[in-house]
Amino acid sequence: MKILVCITHVPDTTSKIQFTENNTKFDKNGVQFIIGPYDDYALARAVELKEQLGASLTVLNVGEAETEPTLRKALAIGADDAIRINAFPKDSLFVANQIAAIAKQNNYDLIMMGRESIDFNGGMVHGMVGEMLGIPSISPVMKLEIDGDTVKMAREIEGGKEYLEAKLPLIAGCQEPIAEWKIPNMRGIMSARTKPLQVLEPVSDETATNVTTYQLPPAKGAVKLIDKDNVAELVKLLKNEAKVL
Amino acid sequence: MSVLVYIEHADGSVKKNSLEAVSYAKALSDKQGEGEVIAVALGSVAQEELVKVGHAGASKVVHVNDEKLNAGIIQAHSEALAQVYGKVGAKTLILAKSSLGDAVAARLAVKLNAGLVSNVVELPVTASGYKVKRSIYTGKAFAETIVNKEHKILAVKKNAVDLKTDGSDAAVETVTLDIHAENFATKITSTDKAKGDVLLPEADIVVSGGRGMKGPENWGMIEDLAKELGAATGCSKPVSDIGWRPHHEHVGQTGVKVAPSLYIAVGISGAIQHLAGVNSSKCIVVINKDADAPFFKAADYGIVGDAFEVLPKLTEAVKALK
Repeated sequence: MKILVCITHVPDTTSKIQFTENNTKFDKNGVQFIIGPYDDYALARAVELKEQLGASLTVLNVGEAETEPTLRKALAIGADDAIRINAFPKDSLFVANQIAAIAKQNNYDLIMMGRESIDFNGGMVHGMVGEMLGIPSISPVMKLEIDGDTVKMAREIEGGKEYLEAKLPLIAGCQEPIAEWKIPNMRGIMSARTKPLQVLEPVSDETATNVTTYQLPPAKGAVKLIDKDNVAELVKLLKNEAKVL
Repeated sequence: MSVLVYIEHADGSVKKNSLEAVSYAKALSDKQGEGEVIAVALGSVAQEELVKVGHAGASKVVHVNDEKLNAGIIQAHSEALAQVYGKVGAKTLILAKSSLGDAVAARLAVKLNAGLVSNVVELPVTASGYKVKRSIYTGKAFAETIVNKEHKILAVKKNAVDLKTDGSDAAVETVTLDIHAENFATKITSTDKAKGDVLLPEADIVVSGGRGMKGPENWGMIEDLAKELGAATGCSKPVSDIGWRPHHEHVGQTGVKVAPSLYIAVGISGAIQHLAGVNSSKCIVVINKDADAPFFKAADYGIVGDAFEVLPKLTEAVKALK
């Protein structure tokens, strides 16, 4: 059993988002980067499956050298080896092409990643890779059990969940509560330093989209406070001023 | 040439977000002369439901009336859509962002060699290239994005355009497709869905509670207000983590992202991760007894006061309005 987990290297969820160079680049100044929170769930579940099934677990990131600490963290959490595709992740298609190429070479049984990255929120890469490989892609997956070559999953749908079964190989876009995030322990951190991290060059330069400029939302005006003993006033404002009732 | 719209339905009723996607396609076609707006519905849907898709802006509905497509099997829906897309000679596919729509769109992008943009918030501008504005960083920013493929797929966020209701009835054409059996290999064994409630990701009004509600036994007050407003109920992450409310009600960065016209937050302090899930709301009301709660900075209206006093009064005031 071979598992691949694809991770993103993204700003911490508490980061203040700002842009630089005439709003054409993300401002990394003072920003801490983490494993994408959804990817972290996928990784945590993959580590559990690895222990349960004696699987091998490879972690992959498409990114420049600065993402290596993020990959090392994934190794500390429990991946056996890491692959970094040495390129800026230009868009979803670009990233999906790189992952599909690696997957074709290595025949993974299960590919997991987060339902979406928290920077661009596209949520497309798992579906694209699934189509490129001709295997099922299921997302967003909140529960995943393996029984022989059958994968039993729960997928979030509007207002509830859907239970599904599919055969390996497959690709899953994951979210909570698939597993609890794992915090690396000292032994994990020490061993991560010597685990293999392979750097490969991208196989394709194709993209479907490119960003010209970034914008921040317009600043919010000051809150209008209403006295707690005059609640009817709020309803009046919502109806006549905000026009939302 | 035509614009194709993927219509989702819940047990045969067309979803409102899909109707919004139809209105988006109509506005796009009017602006850019992209031809006819054709909607496609997969599975069992009543003829009169489909005719109504015309009111939102479609001139025609292609109905693949195959009950095997009633379940949202991602690969089967992708293949069916790709076939219809080819048949009608479309150059653009529009769909509403949803759990199924997102999963289907990604596979279709590869099948059709199309450029896919998700979280689209406005109509494209085509003066220099095909430029689409989308929401990124979980609503904390926007990106002007050029699509450099001939075929385009746009997954549209709620409230990107106003829902049109004055169109004519649509002509319905029923077609039969031959979908590969292997694309039905994934089996949906059961579903577990909140019944009769307004669904959170699609709701026009949302009432959410946080730890300030003090316990699950007090949620009746949230539900009363929601019922009076025809709203969905949501909650903050700590509340779903402790198990006061089910996970699918968790609104925030790693939970459901909502974009209602009105979001009412009760007893939620307003952590940045929660704000990321609600910042696309048109109007935000915050009720909190702590005047320093950070949520007030992101709110349009606020009441500093005890939720247990304010909520019943608010429910009464909404009732009085009717």
